Amino acid sequence: MSGSGKAPVLVVVQLTGGNDFMNTLVPYSNPNYYDSRKTLVVREGEAIPIDKELGFHPMAEPIKGLFDDGKVAVVQGIGYPNSSRSHFRAMDIWHTCEPERIGTEGWLGKAIRDLDPEGENVLTGVHIGRALPRALAAPGVPVTSVGNLDNFGLLNGIGDPHQRGEALEIFQRIYSPAIGNGPVMDYLARTGTDVIRGAERLKDAPAKYTSKVEYPDNPIAKSLRDIARVHLADLGTRILYTAQGGYDTHANQAPTHPKLLGELSSAVNAFFTDLAEHDADEEVVMLVFTEFGRRIRDNGSGTDHGSGGGAFLIGKQVKGGLYAEYPSLEPGQWLNGEDLRPTIDFRGVYGTVLEQWLGLDATEIVGGTFEQIHPFTRS
Amino acid sequence: MPENDLALVAHLMRRAGFGATRVELEGLAAKGYEAVVDDLVNPERFPEVDEDILDRYFDGEGINVSVGRWIYRMINGQRPLQEKMALFWHHVFATAIQKSEHVPSMTRQIALFRQVGLADLRTILLELSKDPAMIFWLDNNENRKTEPNENYGRELLELFSMGVGNYSETDIKMAARAFTGWTFSQPIPIYPHGHYPAEFVYRADDHDDSEKTFLGYTGRFNGEDIIDIIVQQPATAHFIARHLYNFFVADEPQVPAWSQVPPQDPAAIETLTRAYRDSGGEIRAMLQVLFNSDFFKAARYRKLKSPAEFVVGTIRLVGTHRFPDPTLFELDTAMTVMGQQLMNPPTVEGWHTGKEWIDGGTLNERVNFAVDQVGDLDKPGVRAIVDHLSRVNGALGASSFVDGCLSLLGEQQVSAATRQTLLDVAESDGRLRFDGEAERAESARRVARLLQLIVASREYQFA
Repeated sequence: MSGSGKAPVLVVVQLTGGNDFMNTLVPYSNPNYYDSRKTLVVREGEAIPIDKELGFHPMAEPIKGLFDDGKVAVVQGIGYPNSSRSHFRAMDIWHTCEPERIGTEGWLGKAIRDLDPEGENVLTGVHIGRALPRALAAPGVPVTSVGNLDNFGLLNGIGDPHQRGEALEIFQRIYSPAIGNGPVMDYLARTGTDVIRGAERLKDAPAKYTSKVEYPDNPIAKSLRDIARVHLADLGTRILYTAQGGYDTHANQAPTHPKLLGELSSAVNAFFTDLAEHDADEEVVMLVFTEFGRRIRDNGSGTDHGSGGGAFLIGKQVKGGLYAEYPSLEPGQWLNGEDLRPTIDFRGVYGTVLEQWLGLDATEIVGGTFEQIHPFTRS
Repeated sequence: MPENDLALVAHLMRRAGFGATRVELEGLAAKGYEAVVDDLVNPERFPEVDEDILDRYFDGEGINVSVGRWIYRMINGQRPLQEKMALFWHHVFATAIQKSEHVPSMTRQIALFRQVGLADLRTILLELSKDPAMIFWLDNNENRKTEPNENYGRELLELFSMGVGNYSETDIKMAARAFTGWTFSQPIPIYPHGHYPAEFVYRADDHDDSEKTFLGYTGRFNGEDIIDIIVQQPATAHFIARHLYNFFVADEPQVPAWSQVPPQDPAAIETLTRAYRDSGGEIRAMLQVLFNSDFFKAARYRKLKSPAEFVVGTIRLVGTHRFPDPTLFELDTAMTVMGQQLMNPPTVEGWHTGKEWIDGGTLNERVNFAVDQVGDLDKPGVRAIVDHLSRVNGALGASSFVDGCLSLLGEQQVSAATRQTLLDVAESDGRLRFDGEAERAESARRVARLLQLIVASREYQFA
């Protein structure tokens, strides 16, 4: 739990497409790495070493800085048995913790329900982006999804405030659920009503915010700045979510992947600097995840879908370092002869965050008990 | 023409096209439902959009020009189903400009879907496999004899034809090898004349001609052989039938769930699967069966509109954008903030559809967009609705006012509770009169306000 007396907050950053973990935390001294990565290789001397075996990708330098400050826990080899190589399915599994069947409830949706059982605060969970990820979806759980924080509000186009007020009242009437309307109509009713409540509370967040920190000009930085603005508005938000796309680097990985890592790292660094400037970094932990790692061998230009990726927990109350084990690069140990063998189940890491950080019971949310790590300075 | 026929044709046009105005519906209903379906599935009976006008008034290099031109076609084309099929295949064969940033290829891919969208699946998959935008998107240009890249092979099976659970990882590798050598010519460099299209090229020297075993068949297969095997699989017929059902009839769960969640209407899927078999996989034949079926006619308002359907449908009602101009860019932006940026789907799996179009953020955008459109009395479609209502003798009571507006908004149906709220609003300011200038102006404002409430309703979110 957060030590500042403030309620602990979780920020989740999804790297969409499957981040290449081997080229994020690079096993630069391992000959097997050079044998399997002919084209997409980060050499000794390029990687920024954290020990004699591993080093961060040079573009991840800002995260390496946070790592050196002891604020970054790297969860190596995160995955699950029989990893799906379909993006869609794999992401679904990470979102719902249901590798065997199709789940409809997201793990964070369930966590929000536990944090706010009566759904009293529509801002307990906030998503920054377009299209709500399934991780946040659970029946009856309000989540506010904000595309553009600076212009969020219903019927904004009706200029006359009196008329707009009237229209909003009628809107609320036609969005009240009625018996026999069916689940989708009910869902729309709840969503519409929640938008009004959420927008009402969020509308002052942008004006309240000032900061000396300049975020880099890229999409993930913009999203993290919005997350900072919502968090700093002190609206009771406990779970915030956003995504960075583009990690599906089957081809042309050489220019693409470093660029993404650079944008992510600098954005994350700006975010934590911003929070620290506002004395609001004690209560925030960030989880960075991706739906799978990539194949051990590159394909000459990129890497195909694999398993065994990596996740990061970042924050002032994180005990920095390496967690779980880096999957073995010995060819005899490769999963299906081509993949990194996961060394820790992602549901254990979710459990770690849910129980040790948010103070919730994880068993029901992640569908069982999985081995946890202990990455927080206080728990 | 009975009102329920108008409502049925309105349903057809929302699904097979992008909606229709009351005036259009009257003309169509007079033809008869089956004749309208026959016209829809035979778009070549109607003239193409005049490209010259677009070239002259709405030309440029950027992707937003290409998207804007597509939106213009959706609004103005006389071949609504052809345009809808381009959108359908764009949903299924989701390719994003974000990776290539090569506008001519992206534009040409959508034109290809327009051109072959109603053909047989073999033709469609073959053309798709030769499409430079697709080849680059799924890295088939990196699929080498010596270093196969299985991206296209995998998605061809998983997302484009059969669905998960109907093939093995080995089948994927074999399909990938069969498509080695299917690539495109390097386009002429961009400078000084701008982007040139790329052309499909088959490189025999980079093709893996060795023997392969794919779905139980063995031979020295090339890509074409793989497609021949795929289109004969019952799983393919079933998968395509389900896609058509999901897009045209009623929302199904998201595609990855299909291997585990059975269709909501197995008999309908069977009917469509049979049409696939009987016609040799012809989409036109499947759609003719679909639109004439009872399950289609009974499925009114059982789909949430996609952002493209929502925006274009609304614009068709308000009657703007009949001529290409830069405000088409605004419609691209409107769809984007509702969660659908055309020519740039989030991943190869395309957009999550149905209920997943809607969250607080996107609902907010939808409502605000539609409310702003129909609230503007300068728009020709809104003016036409006011004019139509004003043609009464005397004054309109609340129910004629409300029902008139609903009907003039393309035969929109609403729940009893919503209608009651609208009636209360209509009643609160008395009967609608159009006698003097001042009364006409006030009544016009009242009409616009009521239209705003209708398009803000939950019912308007459904197609």
